[in-house]
Amino acid sequence: MNKFNFNPLNSLNLRQKTLLIIGLTLSLLILIFITSLTIDSNTITTNFMMRQHPPSFEQLFGTDWLGRDMLTRTLKGLGLSIMIGAFSSIISSIVAMIMAFISSINKYGDTLISWLIDLFASMPHLLLLILISLCMGKGALGVIVGVACTHWISLARVLRVEIKEINTSEYVNLARKFGKNNFWIAKEHILPLVITQIIVGTLLIFPHAIMHEASVTFLGFGLSPHEPAIGIILSESMSYLTMGSWWLALFPGLTLLIVVLLFDIIGEQVEKLLDPTKAQK
Amino acid sequence: MNDNLLTVEHVSISFTQYLQGLEQHILKVISDLTLSVKQGEIVAILGSSGSGKSLLAHAILGILPENAICEGIISFKGDPLTQEKKEEIRGKHISLIPQSVNFLDPLMKVSQQAIGDAKDKEKTLKHQRKIFEKYGLGKEVDDLYPFELSGGMARKVLLSTALLSNPELIVADEPTPGLDEKSVNETIKDIKKLSEDNKGVLLITHEIDVALKTADKIAIFYSGYVIEINKTENFKDSSKLLHPYSKSLIEALPQNGFKLTEGVQPHEDVEGCIYYENCPIRTDFCEKNKPELVPYGNAMIRCHNFKKEENDES
Amino acid sequence: MKFLGYKLVRLLILLTVIAAISFIMIDLSPIDPVRAYLGEMSNAPEQIEKLSAYWGVGVPIQDKIVGWLEDIVQLKLGTSLIYRIPVTQVIMEKFTASLVLMAVSWVISGIVGFSLGIISGAKRGTWIDKIIKTYCYILQSSPAFWIALIVLIIFSVWLNWFPIGLAVPVGVMAENVTFWEWLHRLILPAFTLSIVGISSIALYTRDRLVNIENSDFFLFAKSRGEKHWSIIIKHGIRNVILPAITLQFLSFSELFGGAVLVEQVFSYPGIGQATIEAGLRSDVPLLLGIVLVSTIFVFVGNTIADILYKYVDPRMRGDGDE
Repeated sequence: MNKFNFNPLNSLNLRQKTLLIIGLTLSLLILIFITSLTIDSNTITTNFMMRQHPPSFEQLFGTDWLGRDMLTRTLKGLGLSIMIGAFSSIISSIVAMIMAFISSINKYGDTLISWLIDLFASMPHLLLLILISLCMGKGALGVIVGVACTHWISLARVLRVEIKEINTSEYVNLARKFGKNNFWIAKEHILPLVITQIIVGTLLIFPHAIMHEASVTFLGFGLSPHEPAIGIILSESMSYLTMGSWWLALFPGLTLLIVVLLFDIIGEQVEKLLDPTKAQK
Repeated sequence: MNDNLLTVEHVSISFTQYLQGLEQHILKVISDLTLSVKQGEIVAILGSSGSGKSLLAHAILGILPENAICEGIISFKGDPLTQEKKEEIRGKHISLIPQSVNFLDPLMKVSQQAIGDAKDKEKTLKHQRKIFEKYGLGKEVDDLYPFELSGGMARKVLLSTALLSNPELIVADEPTPGLDEKSVNETIKDIKKLSEDNKGVLLITHEIDVALKTADKIAIFYSGYVIEINKTENFKDSSKLLHPYSKSLIEALPQNGFKLTEGVQPHEDVEGCIYYENCPIRTDFCEKNKPELVPYGNAMIRCHNFKKEENDES
Repeated sequence: MKFLGYKLVRLLILLTVIAAISFIMIDLSPIDPVRAYLGEMSNAPEQIEKLSAYWGVGVPIQDKIVGWLEDIVQLKLGTSLIYRIPVTQVIMEKFTASLVLMAVSWVISGIVGFSLGIISGAKRGTWIDKIIKTYCYILQSSPAFWIALIVLIIFSVWLNWFPIGLAVPVGVMAENVTFWEWLHRLILPAFTLSIVGISSIALYTRDRLVNIENSDFFLFAKSRGEKHWSIIIKHGIRNVILPAITLQFLSFSELFGGAVLVEQVFSYPGIGQATIEAGLRSDVPLLLGIVLVSTIFVFVGNTIADILYKYVDPRMRGDGDE
């Protein structure tokens, strides 16, 4: 309960602090993304004079066995990760919304959805992801569909419970008595209340999506070896670790970790902002 | 003056709350509360349910949540209590009789909980059995889990658990809600017996008849403020009361079913007197100026105009 | 008993559906099992024809599914294309190896994670709580295979404590490996999988404990003068441990996923590596077999969690079924 210490951050109230954190993390991520867009894949040149150089001031992340600059490759890979993460988490939450909507229609819909949730939860995520990716013929499409299909469950669960609660509430019953149809109720009453969960849910899927994309790609079921993906970089690095090229694995993974962490932080801070019961503690 | 077991002086308790978008908001629950409890005396704080009176009990025992801010002085036998001091004497000299069975660990047998972290388990268990027996709890109760207790039984378990250490002051927080009439009467009897044993009791309740039947003194708690503290016998006749709210409360008794309900008490703190909106004897002065809790005879009163009204009547 | 019977029926339905769905997915995929089987071998037309008949090329999909399901019922999972032995045998061997790995890290991560969660929750707001929380957040945000790579760099490349290629050399049978060699191979993967698994259980335990510290019965125990650690041990752990164990049983799905990634990095000859090979080299029978076995694995975890939830809590015990 020491209210009076002199940390400059403490002079801000919680709202300002939260907004500041969101702003900083978001701009960092945008910066990474834009930088990666400006990198033309063709400019990542092979330079056989510069093979397997450890990190130095010229090449902060070192170079690989073709003499390519690892920093540029990593940045390009992160951009790709963010993009795939964005696609698949947005698709995930759309799937989650559709599922929640079906479950709210009637009892049969609800049974169907809870059964589907059980079904998807009963197989190891990664295995399902591999299967879907194989089924779609690997590549970016396979990964996006795979990640989307395996990540809708948690959000769908939350939405299903939430919609059930709203649906049985007094004012929705009242609206029904006034002859409003289901669509109107969904638009006027349900959507405004669940929009928080949808935003937060989508943001929280993001880090998982990025990690799973990297994992599947690392295992060889994701993006093709020609893409500059982090998973590819790391799986390539395996062959060179014995020769002591530790930087090939350390930095790309570390930056991926940071990006995932940043998304985690944004998700949590936005959740705090929109749902203050989380901040009460 | 120093025969007071417990004195509470100008205690305010507030919370920092966050609304959507994390706008900060200070919620004041108890404002400027002053009262005292002597040995062998039962003092009741009477206020509507959910008005935050329980927090006073928590403040006395030093178990307020971390985001609560507690100002003012609470003393025990004349010594002001710091957090460390509270932690030292709680459970030994001051005991809490909590509101409900939720205050027992759902996964632990009641006798084990009652003895707490006693050093000599055997001896304490024997003592526990004696106390439980005294309040009519048979041996079979010892091995029950809290969810297996009936309402009346749970009440007795909580009471005897609090009395295990033979404390001098007992804070009873809403000991009667949800009980049938027989259990309520037994609880009242049990509490009165405590004062006969020369213990002090602070009774926190929203049931007027329980306060009337049990207490020696009653403090009326309205919207975070104590507005009047008076002897219980004066509450039998509203003309002997000082504050217009107390009067209207007693006058309306039978209709209210002897319960205080969440009425039109303002939630936000106001600039002037908190009873201004509903007051029959208000003046313009009351709107902008807060009355202090002042002694008047043996009572305490928080009103600018109580004497004026008295004069009007005479 | 009724409960277990119900669970068994559920499992059977689940397996049927999953078998059918995964079969359809493989069927839709560009994988050609006939080509995969022949690989580099002869391209004799009569052999292709024979295999095409075996794999039902040209047969309508619903008939193929029914045929496949009939085979499963008779436990005929077919022959692995890579190992050229029955799929059941491959799975048995590989799964045992993985089970040891998963069991060891499951226990370690459970115990360490739970302890860290209790310490962190009990000392909430202190620097030790912050360190534990930060550790958990970072571990939670890092892909398991990357942690494995880092562990490999540190312990195998820099410290040279373990060989890099941990796999049994091709041709050496598993039974020819001594216990110590095997243990030596197990350490790094088990260590990696353990530190990855700690964070979720630790954060969950911390969260539950903090909730309990705000609960009424915790307050009452405090008001009776009990000391903080005594309450944490007596009331805190008592109330947190069951949900924590339940959560640990619910984590079989992530455990399996983690094992796949970790085994790949350390070349640990378990079910994870078999999955990758089966997927990459289009060993359809093996892949489908692994799907079924891993589903049973996850299901067993979930069912144990259910049983714990229902029958161990004294509040639930009295009520019997439902």
